[in-house]
Amino acid sequence: MIQALGTEDLPAASKVQVRGLNVTFENDGQPIHILKDIDLAVAPGEFVCILGPSGCGKTTLLQVLGGFLAPTSGGVFIDGEPVIRPDPRRIFVFQERGLFPWLTTEENIGFGIDRLGRPERRARIQRYVELVGLGGFERAFPHELSGGMKQRAEVARALAMNPDVLFLDEPFGALDSITRLTLRRELLRIWEAERKTILFVTHDIEESVQLADRIVVLSLRPATVRRVVEVDIPHPRDLSSRRYLELRDSIGAEIGLAHRV
Amino acid sequence: MRARDRMESLCWPVAAGLAGLAAWQWAVAASHSTTFPGPLVVARGFAELARRGVLGPYIADSLLRVGTGFLLALVVGIPLGLLMGWYAAAARALNPVVQLLRPISPLAWIPVSIVLFGVSNFATIFLIFLAALFPIVVATSNGVRGVPELFLLAGRNFGLSPAALVRRVLLPAALPQVLVGLRIALGISWLVVVAAEMIAVDSGLGYLVIDARNAGKRYDLVIAAMLLIGGIGLALDSLARRIEKLPRVRWGFPAA
Repeated sequence: MIQALGTEDLPAASKVQVRGLNVTFENDGQPIHILKDIDLAVAPGEFVCILGPSGCGKTTLLQVLGGFLAPTSGGVFIDGEPVIRPDPRRIFVFQERGLFPWLTTEENIGFGIDRLGRPERRARIQRYVELVGLGGFERAFPHELSGGMKQRAEVARALAMNPDVLFLDEPFGALDSITRLTLRRELLRIWEAERKTILFVTHDIEESVQLADRIVVLSLRPATVRRVVEVDIPHPRDLSSRRYLELRDSIGAEIGLAHRV
Repeated sequence: MRARDRMESLCWPVAAGLAGLAAWQWAVAASHSTTFPGPLVVARGFAELARRGVLGPYIADSLLRVGTGFLLALVVGIPLGLLMGWYAAAARALNPVVQLLRPISPLAWIPVSIVLFGVSNFATIFLIFLAALFPIVVATSNGVRGVPELFLLAGRNFGLSPAALVRRVLLPAALPQVLVGLRIALGISWLVVVAAEMIAVDSGLGYLVIDARNAGKRYDLVIAAMLLIGGIGLALDSLARRIEKLPRVRWGFPAA
């Protein structure tokens, strides 16, 4: 279903389209090619993981998608409009802790929706506090929360904006493995409830096979789309099923990982 | 257990204080000084000042001068620091001036302030304003420059206008740093008001120090006024430190 697309034959139904994207940075007068000829189309409500080794340029790609960084050439289109700046309809959930430390959980979650009327704002905050399981911590400040709770609060803050696209940049990377598994399950539950289009950057093969409808595997720098893998396993996914292991191992082999530690 | 800890933490300073007083008394007695007072004489001096009814008004005058000068410095210094922290061009333009004026002791401005405002309250207030201004400007601009990029990206992502970004992200994120500057500025203001009152006005604790010396070498009153100045300075500083414990800024003072 997914293939590298030419600029002329993009499906109109795409939510996010990336066309011929190149990003080059300058370092000491030497140009460094970070992203090379990236083409991509994401359908509305789709969960796409961008997978690649550390430092390959995944985050750069996400920043261009979010409108934080202008590409050297090519472009990103969301709903057919070119992305030129950040937009509250598309919210970024950051790798590091992006919560505002001077605001409580509920103030953080309500940060972007101050234009709503008071009762509606209250209701929406309460709804997302509960959706991410932070009931009882509404008045806590971020430094009083655990890493996992902070990450939940950040996801809730993004969802409260009612965006149609979520960009997640290795959101669970700094958490312990148990919390990470729990949060993946919760993210899927939330995604199934809200049906946002999700672009999720990770360097974790297992994570991508557990979460995504499709996995875009990037190569090392300059990053190109190496392969797009469709994950045809219905949720909830059995992590010991043959198909799961097959997909996981074939991506591992693609990236060049050995099967044994 | 808690009560015992508190006892212990009180015990040592009290013991050191008593030892200091004893040493002071001993030194005065051993030197047979007739001008330098011992602690008991100073305590009597305190009582005399209280009886004359000057302590209250003098303290109020000094605090009012500090308060006014400090507030003016705040009103000018925070926007200026914000400007210099936010716009690189403003920093380039203003930084040389700030860096040149900053090392000048506020006391060096005394003649200038007298030329500008005469021997008046305004002259002292102007000196305090100058003393407090530079720490506030420097702390604010450093604070603003140190705001993590991540917070600004998040703010922009939520669709904030530039003005809202400053008000809702930049200022609260820089606030702990700004508070550090304010506390330093308050301390310096208190140092300067005493010196300024010695020259430019006829009330306040600084005036009390110099007046007690000039009008009859009353060193008991001089020392009493000095101790009072120290005590009030300490109280101002603990007040400022208490602000650092407020929930909206506590994150910026780890381990404090």
